[in-house]
Amino acid sequence: MGAIDGTVLDFKRLERLAMADTAVHRLDPRAKVLVTCAFIIAVVSFGRYELTPLFPFFIFPAVMIALGDLPPRYIAAKICLVLPFALAVGILNPLFDREVVLRLGPLGVSGGWISCASIAVRAMLTVGAALTLVGITGFPAICQALARLGMPQAFAVQLLFLYRYIFVLAEEGSRAARARELRSFGNKGVGVRSYGSLLGHLLVRTWQRAERIHMAMLARGFSGGFPLRRPSRFGAAEVLYLLGWSVFFIVLRLWNASQFLGALVMGICR
Amino acid sequence: MHMSDALLSPVVGGTMWAASAGAVAYCSAKVRAGLDERRVPLMGVLGAFIFAAQMINFSIPATGSSGHLGGGLLLAILLGPHAAFLTTASVLVVQALFFADGGLLALGCNIFNLGFFPAFIAYPLIYRRMVGEEPSPPRIAAAAVVSAVAGLQMGAFGVVLETVCSGISSLPFATFAAIMQPIHLAIGIVEGVATAAVVSFAFKARPEIVRGAPEARPAGNRPLRRVLLAFLVAALFTGGVVSRFASKDPDGLEWSIARITGKDDLKGPGRGVHTALAALQEKAALFPGYAFAKPAAPKKDGGDSTGTSVAGIVGGAMTLAVAFLSALLLKKRNWAA
Amino acid sequence: MSHHIVEVKNLRHVYPDGTVALRDISFRITHGESVAVIGANGAGKSTLLLHLNGYLTPTSGEIRIGDFPLTKATLPAIRRTVGMVFQDPDDQLFMPTVYEDVAFGPCNLGLSEEEVEARVEAALGRVGAGHLRSKPPYHLSGGEKKRVAIATALSMSPDILVMDEPTNGLDPFARRQLLGLLRDFHHTRIFTSHDLDMVAALCERTIVLHEGEVGADGPTAEIFRDDELLARCRLEKPLSMQGCPVCGKAP
Repeated sequence: MGAIDGTVLDFKRLERLAMADTAVHRLDPRAKVLVTCAFIIAVVSFGRYELTPLFPFFIFPAVMIALGDLPPRYIAAKICLVLPFALAVGILNPLFDREVVLRLGPLGVSGGWISCASIAVRAMLTVGAALTLVGITGFPAICQALARLGMPQAFAVQLLFLYRYIFVLAEEGSRAARARELRSFGNKGVGVRSYGSLLGHLLVRTWQRAERIHMAMLARGFSGGFPLRRPSRFGAAEVLYLLGWSVFFIVLRLWNASQFLGALVMGICR
Repeated sequence: MHMSDALLSPVVGGTMWAASAGAVAYCSAKVRAGLDERRVPLMGVLGAFIFAAQMINFSIPATGSSGHLGGGLLLAILLGPHAAFLTTASVLVVQALFFADGGLLALGCNIFNLGFFPAFIAYPLIYRRMVGEEPSPPRIAAAAVVSAVAGLQMGAFGVVLETVCSGISSLPFATFAAIMQPIHLAIGIVEGVATAAVVSFAFKARPEIVRGAPEARPAGNRPLRRVLLAFLVAALFTGGVVSRFASKDPDGLEWSIARITGKDDLKGPGRGVHTALAALQEKAALFPGYAFAKPAAPKKDGGDSTGTSVAGIVGGAMTLAVAFLSALLLKKRNWAA
Repeated sequence: MSHHIVEVKNLRHVYPDGTVALRDISFRITHGESVAVIGANGAGKSTLLLHLNGYLTPTSGEIRIGDFPLTKATLPAIRRTVGMVFQDPDDQLFMPTVYEDVAFGPCNLGLSEEEVEARVEAALGRVGAGHLRSKPPYHLSGGEKKRVAIATALSMSPDILVMDEPTNGLDPFARRQLLGLLRDFHHTRIFTSHDLDMVAALCERTIVLHEGEVGADGPTAEIFRDDELLARCRLEKPLSMQGCPVCGKAP
């Protein structure tokens, strides 16, 4: 089935991107996770009608994408995919907030439109930051980072197991769905009954697989613990990275760089 | 529907993150303490199953559209509340990172909306009660539909509350609720039907899978959950409704300051660090003076009353989260002893 | 040497749903032997294997591995002695990277980090997968996964290696590589397989299972010459021993 296969390919692509060897890739994942968190918090902390102060924040994902050798068009395409969902709610803002707050020549722009645009920009920034994080860090490393930042070990194990077996289950599910599709015509055969049966089978097989994995774990002496060790050091580069970006975000948060730049340029032009 | 970073404020996002993180920690400890080590591969693999299952559709007759499984309720039926919550949370984490479903800050909201309600409320309080001791396909189907609808209604309501409390969207509460709840009624029915279909099949093929959720619970658990639930409701009620009528009279501390100095609020020395810090605090604080930060454009209605209630609710939720966490930390230490 | 002996006496196994998987199995495998367990589907091969490291408990009968009878107390020691490689490598590779999978066993044995590192290096070296150590399992090909799965068992330094359908699903090149690898092992080896040519190439002794019982137990060459036995047990001669597909002449 198209959806599943596409998803797995997507995973594999992001994985491959994460395995590159650039300076940012080599940074300790904890630093990258923390900076991304700081970024997102800074972005969402803006007031409803603040639009222009958000623009300078694009510097962060842009720089990271460049330094991390990530394909910008791919990231942009993924952002565009997700945008409609945030906008679905945001687009209603102009309906409920019609008071004009800005005049561009003859055009009156209502607060609703500004806040809607703000929502769109926020979506782009936050999604971009998340994807960039995965692209320069990779999922297993993010899990390790979270575990070292306090996430419970049991949950880290769960995340890693889940991730590892998504590939296997997606393939099984894809085969089953494809088999059903090849034997159904139009809308016949894709109803709830065949669905329940298909997923039911998949579920039973999944359960059996879990038993086999458990067998394999026992065969190698499993007794409850998971030795998840990974060498990592939080050195000068990481501290610089963390402090540098955090200060940058704080500055941008408190000072409207766009305004300043705009006024500067307009002052020069006069 | 997933909550999105773009519609979230740091306070609401942070609160829900704290709540979800606390719940994850609690469930992790519970799962680890339960001595069934088969759980570990099972949770991982079932999470992957749910992931794959969400991408397989079935056509809904008479509408021309298709539906698919969400999985929260199904996981609760297969694994029991605590393991199911963790599994749902893990699926959401992967979705947030790879598909930006929602966002990283909104993850806290989503884990709570989509994980907590099905696993800890819909499943034990509705599904289990309806199915009783002898599951049979019609009973399972009915219970699944009712529980799914209930769980999704609560989840949808969570999204509404979180969006409105964040204040980024201009949608009024009533309108948003009027849109979300009916949509999620439909989605809930679809979810219930899908869940019932899968569970019925599995029940016929391998009944022990469906009865697999742990029956026995340690004695102290139920009361704890009821207490917490009651606590939450009480806190929200007190915070939300009562503060609506909170007097506009100055708060305790401000009142004592006024008495001492004869003016509201001690004003710091005119220049220097103090002014700068005060200015910083003014700018950065989202709730200056406890009402919503007045957006740049003036609003027609006062909005003050709503601001106080919202602050009350948020404050109540935050204190609860803190209480929850401290309780967990203390509990953990008991086990280590 | 009394250790590394696998001794099974009157093993009987009945599944919870009533199926009698094994009726009355007895055999004795000594150190260094390379034995194949063959039979039709459903004859009980996999069930038998699962008894050898204690995953399943016999309904009646006895199993001894080396000096130890198989009991709950001796399980950890037995699991260290018997290395098991399952049919589907995806079931066996569940850690984020190859290194961690191969290290899983030694870590559970409580070895120090340096020792674990040494064991992993050695195991990966034996199977020729050293260059795969940082890769996640879902990036490996079928043959690579099989080799890494073997490494995960080897890293525990077992004396007895048990493999369920080792050549299943491998392309011809990977299969050839695996055969070369297994030929070099000096452990006691026990395989189940439908790949009768592999059996002929690697195993000097064969046990034939038929409906839960031992149909035959002897030198591989003899068993494959007994046409009546093979037919009764739903088996055939390996292709390499059958007639030439072109001219029909027997080898």
